[in-house]
Amino acid sequence: MKNLKTIVLSNQEISPGYFRMKILAPGYSNASHPGQFVMFRVQRSLPPLLRRPFGIFRVGFMPADCDNMAAKEFIEIIYKVVGSGTEIMQGLHQGDPVELLGPLGTGFDCGDAAGEKILVGGGIGLVPLYSLAEQLVQTSRVRLLMGGRTRDDIITVTEFERLGVETYVSTEDGSLGEEGLVTRVLERKLDKYPDASVFACGPMPMIEAVQKICLRYEVPLQVSLEALMACGVGACLSCVVKGEGHSESEPHYLCTCTSGPVFAAEKLDWTHSEIKMVKNGGGK
Amino acid sequence: MIDSKGLDQQPELAVEIAGIKLKNPVMPASGTFGYGQEYAPYVDLNQLGAVVTKGLSLNPKAGNNTPRTCETVSGMLNAIGLQNVGVDAFIHDKLPFLQQFDSPVIVNFFGNTQEEYGEVAARLNDVPGVAALEMNISCPNVKHGGIIFGTDPEAAFSVISLVRKRTNKPLIVKLTPNVTDIQILARAAEDAGADVLSLINTLTGMAVDVKTRKPRLANTIGGLSGPAIRPIAVRLVHQVVQAVQIPVIGIGGISRAMDALEFLIVGAKAVQVGTANFVDPNAMTTIIAGLEEFCREEGIADINDLIGTLAV
Repeated sequence: MKNLKTIVLSNQEISPGYFRMKILAPGYSNASHPGQFVMFRVQRSLPPLLRRPFGIFRVGFMPADCDNMAAKEFIEIIYKVVGSGTEIMQGLHQGDPVELLGPLGTGFDCGDAAGEKILVGGGIGLVPLYSLAEQLVQTSRVRLLMGGRTRDDIITVTEFERLGVETYVSTEDGSLGEEGLVTRVLERKLDKYPDASVFACGPMPMIEAVQKICLRYEVPLQVSLEALMACGVGACLSCVVKGEGHSESEPHYLCTCTSGPVFAAEKLDWTHSEIKMVKNGGGK
Repeated sequence: MIDSKGLDQQPELAVEIAGIKLKNPVMPASGTFGYGQEYAPYVDLNQLGAVVTKGLSLNPKAGNNTPRTCETVSGMLNAIGLQNVGVDAFIHDKLPFLQQFDSPVIVNFFGNTQEEYGEVAARLNDVPGVAALEMNISCPNVKHGGIIFGTDPEAAFSVISLVRKRTNKPLIVKLTPNVTDIQILARAAEDAGADVLSLINTLTGMAVDVKTRKPRLANTIGGLSGPAIRPIAVRLVHQVVQAVQIPVIGIGGISRAMDALEFLIVGAKAVQVGTANFVDPNAMTTIIAGLEEFCREEGIADINDLIGTLAV
């Protein structure tokens, strides 16, 4: 865990409004666990002032340039352009200096090896599920249910397929895959695989719907939450969520950055209709 | 290598405030550094002039609803709501970690009533490993119509006097900038027995999401910090230094050595770094290195020779 002054290796638009950035990241292959994130500093000058949190899509190696040279480690992040920070990010090119603080946070618990695993991703929420899938496919049957508003929101599904993940796509406008919400697909899959474990990341309404379904089917659920963060290390207390048993008189807040971003669903308080989260599209 | 002005030796960066020796004049601002432990993986706490804790209250405090922070132009608004573990849990669970380090520990605290302020100060008074107390007076007085202690000279004098009676530790009073004449408040704090003044706390501010028409903070109003407030902070430190005899710690938008130097030159004996810690966990150590480099380049053997040397 440290601050790494590094460079962008590539930065490409992979779907309208979605960019994929590869960043040189020595040390990340050993240090990083599926579900963790980085605090990304877009540039050393202002704006933006604060770093932005991004889930790690995957950690990989570039082939060595020549004999006797070590392969270069990199991480990939995927972001949606939603605000001033990501607008600057989309203009970054190979070689541009950036900083990474990480890997941070508590990632996924991969659970028992044998069981069925169902991943539910909504739009940009798909990002942290890829590293998880890489790990889960070693021992388990893995299915990905990917949802989006339109076909533009369906990203990197073929890469999951290459890992051996069975994928199911749904869009709200029917422009790709099945028409409707991803949660409908989840119910169908749970009817068929009642012993599955579920892992979800996406917009808050989707996560809440997934939580209700998993509760009804009595299957374990882990959710990866997005939150507005200033520090990423548990100091600023911007990113708190209400934990299980929270009440006005006995408050129980958890930091998304340190206790999360991945939480076992039972550790959170779902009674207050909404877990107060600020949707930031994978970092504004 | 070294020009005519340059210094051949290691410049002295140590300063002394209210009898506490700091190895350099740089410390975190309360609330931006947790209880120290959060940043220990990134920063060697022994390199800091002091460690300043998150503000503590008599009982644990839950804090506000989210969103609690938002970024603004060159700054950020926060309304965390003073979430903290409470003074007793701090003493038992958080302080032992800090005692591994040789940097003095300054404990920030606050209360909702005069009595609470006094009680927290008293509980910290005999605790070894607490070098000084920093009293946040930017809180509403719950028993007296919610008026902010720090904006009313009489209320400030009264609560500081009471705390003064409950502690023998050096007492730093942290002033709010949200007043018409800060010199009046500074003198009231000095008269009430403060050993040191620190300023500025955040400026109250507000931001609106124009699409939802909602305030961007759940609390509607928050405190503005970051580079945006630095010129205001420098001005206020300058004014307070003129008004009192006791030492002053400068705070407000410091993110580089050059920023810290502005405060020292107007007369601050030390500085606190806040929002910059969020941006870069190494901000303080980079600033310390930058101060040393500046002293070398400018031929300043002892940083104390720089303090209060504003040329006007």
